[in-house]
Amino acid sequence: MHEMSLAENVLQIIEEAAYHQSFTRVKTVWLEIGQLTCVEPEALRFCFDVVMHGSVAQHARLEIIGIPGLGWCKTCMQEVPMATLYAVCSQCGNFELEVLCGDTLRVKELEVE
Amino acid sequence: MCTTCGCGHGLIQIDGKRLQHSRKPAGAIRYRMPANLPRQTSLKASADYPVHKPDLIDFGSGAAQAHASGMSQARMVKIERDILAKNNLHAEANRCYLTERGIFALNLVSSPGSGKTTLLVQTIAALREEQRMYVIEGDQQTENDAARIRACGISALQINTGKGCHLDAYMVSQGIQRLAVREDSVLFIENVGNLVCPAGFDLGEAHKVVILSVTEGEDKPLKYPDMFRAADLLLLNKCDLLPYLTFDPELAINYACRINPSLRVIQLSALRGEGMSEWIDWIKVGYHQVVTSKKKIENSQHHVD
Repeated sequence: MHEMSLAENVLQIIEEAAYHQSFTRVKTVWLEIGQLTCVEPEALRFCFDVVMHGSVAQHARLEIIGIPGLGWCKTCMQEVPMATLYAVCSQCGNFELEVLCGDTLRVKELEVE
Repeated sequence: MCTTCGCGHGLIQIDGKRLQHSRKPAGAIRYRMPANLPRQTSLKASADYPVHKPDLIDFGSGAAQAHASGMSQARMVKIERDILAKNNLHAEANRCYLTERGIFALNLVSSPGSGKTTLLVQTIAALREEQRMYVIEGDQQTENDAARIRACGISALQINTGKGCHLDAYMVSQGIQRLAVREDSVLFIENVGNLVCPAGFDLGEAHKVVILSVTEGEDKPLKYPDMFRAADLLLLNKCDLLPYLTFDPELAINYACRINPSLRVIQLSALRGEGMSEWIDWIKVGYHQVVTSKKKIENSQHHVD
């Protein structure tokens, strides 16, 4: 249940931003979740509501921006889509894909007042 | 709820004593923060900025009315921050601390019951004459594993994570201080038995070592790819049982290498001893690399002085 830990970290980031940027209520939180991260969006959504309760982000809407996985095939020398960490190159079937994109886990933006 | 790891409040224990939840170092911790990382400011509650207390962020009935449509002062705030940044900051501090002291740290991860503690007991027996070693044991409950290690004559610390499902870098930094790990040594960190969560939490170790036993399924690497991706070494354990099982080691290794083409694999039986020498040699090589790095750092510091 590491989504709970991640939600706690999100709250810490929000609270630090609230302190530095002088806002008292968060209406919307945008999170970037890469397709290749070990995060289950629905589990995170559940934990988010629990963790934000009683904080500046209570009742905040959670918007998850999915970042599609993208890999680099060393054989084809080109970018290929990567849905999982064990994806094969769609062109040549090679396993050795280097992750270019989709392993991010970030608080991107907040709507506050 | 703990503010960093999400565990039950006050449930983390180190050797039976509760870990402070302030997330500030309890004693004099002398590791250096990496210079290029921004220092995190802790949030202090004040009259102006009440934080995380229901009564202080209660807009009350009046405030709710103040947010009638047309009155909203909503604005957008760009954050762009990595959710795991705080853990990574502690992990980098641990890594600096360990490297500067020639401490070779390994994070042992697997599902429960793969034989991690038996592997450690046998590894300690093989290395104890020539190598100073320490062990940090992570489990949700009990001190059983630390007791098994201590019976081998090695300093071991038990971290109970309570409801938490993984060790994090802060817990390990506390563990390193509590154990008083000396220079030029090997530190084994036995993570909570869990193939999912520990993959995302860097502890500052030199390598993650994933242990898969042949009594599990060959397709575990495909089912839990994050862990096999994060590891540098796969130990295929309990290989002495292969004659009695339908487990196909080549298939398991093939799946693991599909996830992580640069993964090194060693087949062994911790209980019977087959393959253990290859694992022991791998530790010795890694340890010497860390000691060499430490000497380089020392020399460059002398040079600067």
